[in-house]
Amino acid sequence: MDVSQYLDIFIDETREHIQNLNTQILILEQEPDNMDTINEIFRAAHSLKGMAGTMGYKRMQTLTHDMENVFSEVRNNNIRVTAEIIDVIFQCIDALEDYLIYIQETADEGTDDNAPLIKALNDILSSKDGIVEPVIEEVQPSVSTPDTSFAEKWREIPLNEQECSLIAEASSQNIIAYGITVFVQETCILKAARAFLVFKTLEELGEILISAPSAQAIEDEQFEFEFSLIFLSEHPLEKIIEAIKNVSEIADAIGGKIDLENVEVAKDEDEIDIEQEVEEAESITTPVIQNTPVQTSAETAKDNVSTPARNQGKKQAGKPVVNRTVRVDIEKLDVLMNLVSELIISKNSLVSAAASEVGAINLAFNEQIEYLESVTTNLHESVMKVRMVPIESVVSKFPRMIRDLSKTLDKKMELYMSGEETELDRTVVDEIGDPLMHLLRNSADHGLETAEVRLQRGKPEVGSIFLDAYQDGNNVVIEVSDDGNGIDVEAVKAKAVERGIISSEQSENMTDKEIIDLLFLPSFSTAKKVSDVSGRGVGLDVVKSKIEALSGEIETRTTLGKGSTFIIRLPLTLAIIQALMVVVGNEKYAISLGSIQTIENIPVSEIKTVQGKEVIHLRGVVIPLIRLNTILDVESTSKPDEDLVVLIAKKGDRLAGLVVDELIGQMEIVIKSMGKFVGKCKLISGATILGDGEVALILDANALI
Amino acid sequence: MDELIVMNETTQYISIYMAGEMFGIDIKYVDNIVRMQHITRVPNVPPYIKGVINLRGEVIPVFSLRIKMGLEEIEETKTFRIIILKVEGDMVGIIVDEVREVVLLENDLIEKPYHDSSDSMQNLLSGIGKDGDRLISLLDINEILADKG
Repeated sequence: MDVSQYLDIFIDETREHIQNLNTQILILEQEPDNMDTINEIFRAAHSLKGMAGTMGYKRMQTLTHDMENVFSEVRNNNIRVTAEIIDVIFQCIDALEDYLIYIQETADEGTDDNAPLIKALNDILSSKDGIVEPVIEEVQPSVSTPDTSFAEKWREIPLNEQECSLIAEASSQNIIAYGITVFVQETCILKAARAFLVFKTLEELGEILISAPSAQAIEDEQFEFEFSLIFLSEHPLEKIIEAIKNVSEIADAIGGKIDLENVEVAKDEDEIDIEQEVEEAESITTPVIQNTPVQTSAETAKDNVSTPARNQGKKQAGKPVVNRTVRVDIEKLDVLMNLVSELIISKNSLVSAAASEVGAINLAFNEQIEYLESVTTNLHESVMKVRMVPIESVVSKFPRMIRDLSKTLDKKMELYMSGEETELDRTVVDEIGDPLMHLLRNSADHGLETAEVRLQRGKPEVGSIFLDAYQDGNNVVIEVSDDGNGIDVEAVKAKAVERGIISSEQSENMTDKEIIDLLFLPSFSTAKKVSDVSGRGVGLDVVKSKIEALSGEIETRTTLGKGSTFIIRLPLTLAIIQALMVVVGNEKYAISLGSIQTIENIPVSEIKTVQGKEVIHLRGVVIPLIRLNTILDVESTSKPDEDLVVLIAKKGDRLAGLVVDELIGQMEIVIKSMGKFVGKCKLISGATILGDGEVALILDANALI
Repeated sequence: MDELIVMNETTQYISIYMAGEMFGIDIKYVDNIVRMQHITRVPNVPPYIKGVINLRGEVIPVFSLRIKMGLEEIEETKTFRIIILKVEGDMVGIIVDEVREVVLLENDLIEKPYHDSSDSMQNLLSGIGKDGDRLISLLDINEILADKG
């Protein structure tokens, strides 16, 4: 079989599984008895094995097979998870990653058998006997309980009064109400289609009163591998079950008669121990559990074990475990984005054509143009959203990295992350990983003190590193902070003078902020001790330039002795922005609306001069004025005594007033690059094409301030 | 300099006029020739960059060949054209006084120019071609687009 066409998918999925393994094993390290996690790990190893086997990667298959074996024993409580096992598994994951990298480059898995790892895994397996007995007794009940309770999930369907009265009415006409839970095979791809067939079959036999999840949700495939129904029928239960199981890819179906009184009791005592509830239910109703034929029973048993585990996990985490996705080549999205850009430009042309011919154009035409405007705006937002991915894919590797760093640096530390679900443009997410990794390493290596120093300073022995991401207007902010030593401004100053970056006189007059900014200069490292973690010449300047290349910015806040925070601010999207169109001289410019706070009319009399620079007082704040016509080298068209139109722009915590001659209005613009031949102009971040076909330049307010 | 080695091969050039003199541009670089249109000025760039134009939805920088050649700038006439060049995937326009025709030059009749550091014009040439009695100075596109002038 030619599998080369599946290579991309294999690589993507393997990467996801490996990432998942990393995450789960970190959890397992904290909670060695977490059954959900163990199941998840087992499944990931199992899937990896299967995929590697299909693709013919024998060495990878062997390794994952042995990993799977170990976790199979762990799952059966024959092996207890120990720190050694975790370490071995981590090494295995690293080995898998190496395979993956090799496969990615050469489509071949290489020749490394990783024999020591396989031996280590087998050692773990062979050592299991000694530990078997005690563990089994301890955990067995908790595994067996969900087995029965979740199997009859239909018992959990809440009935309201109306439904109860319907059931009562039906029973008076000899129509029996059944509760049924249907299990779809886990390998089933078109779950919704199977569910639909089940529904269709059932509708021939009676009436479906309730389904859980709702019919709509099932149609949208928003369910795991089982769903439950309350079903009214005059047929015996066996016949109904038989009919359901005739639908292909249905693993099993179980059901029982609904006893109204009992249902209500069960509902009221929803909170009580599941085991008790099941027992109670069983004693009153007569459940008919269709035993599956012998050959599939093993598989069903596995379903029953894994499904509840998954559901419990779902309830705890509150987010879907499985994301339904379509893999799309990023290039196709780029093409789509370009087409949307073209559409927006042509929409802008229509708008400006309509505006220029007042009177000649009737109302209906204008209405349609407005409609077109809203459609294109929505279309753009949708396409943008398609390109957005959660930063989770990048940050989820960090806990593992911090764990490893903690060992290499011999410092105790803990990483706390929030906002992993924050979304950014795919291209940005791909690029942001390295800078973040560098900042985290920086915090771990330079920021946090050793345990002894921390104790002396009265801080908790374990250092904390935080990675917080959140959306702020048109930006996404990612903060990397630690509760370590903070930046020693004096040390930076001394180092800068020593290196000749600044003179000692200069250093006297510099603010702390300016000195901290020196850290972002090429090859500036303050680490007194150079380790292999950071201080390898790749400095914060690389971080800064990378972030600036993504049109973002980085800001530092630090308190000596308390810790430091690096704040990265990134634009949500790079291609289309809302902009304010202004006129300077006779030229039109666009300024990103995101950087503008307010627009003010300032009488000339209010301009003050401080140290030779023009400033204005605005609501108690002194704001420097920047006359754009001077910076852009054009004659202003405003008369000297006219009120100034001032855009108050914000960069971080700094404000500036940009003086323009005229405002045109807000517009959605498509950012176009001006190519490498005019790449040198700092003030201009790009160009855009206006409705009339003219090119307008986009002013970078950040570069102005 | 492939043209100099291969015998009896011919290359097509677009012939243009600059200040009354004829120059040739290798047709393989030429994407398009458009009439003069509104050029959006870009602030704080070298004077030879006249600005950017919109060509079929793309923003393309436009250079003044006169300034690059060290000629004085003159009032735009209706023979002015912008030749859109495509070099390694990047597009750039150059403003010329007049576009004439396509000429076919034999590669082995192209002579090497003498480079003289004092003459900015000479340094922009890749060779001198002969079309009958006429001499055509062939422009070195990479020199023209180089970041100087």
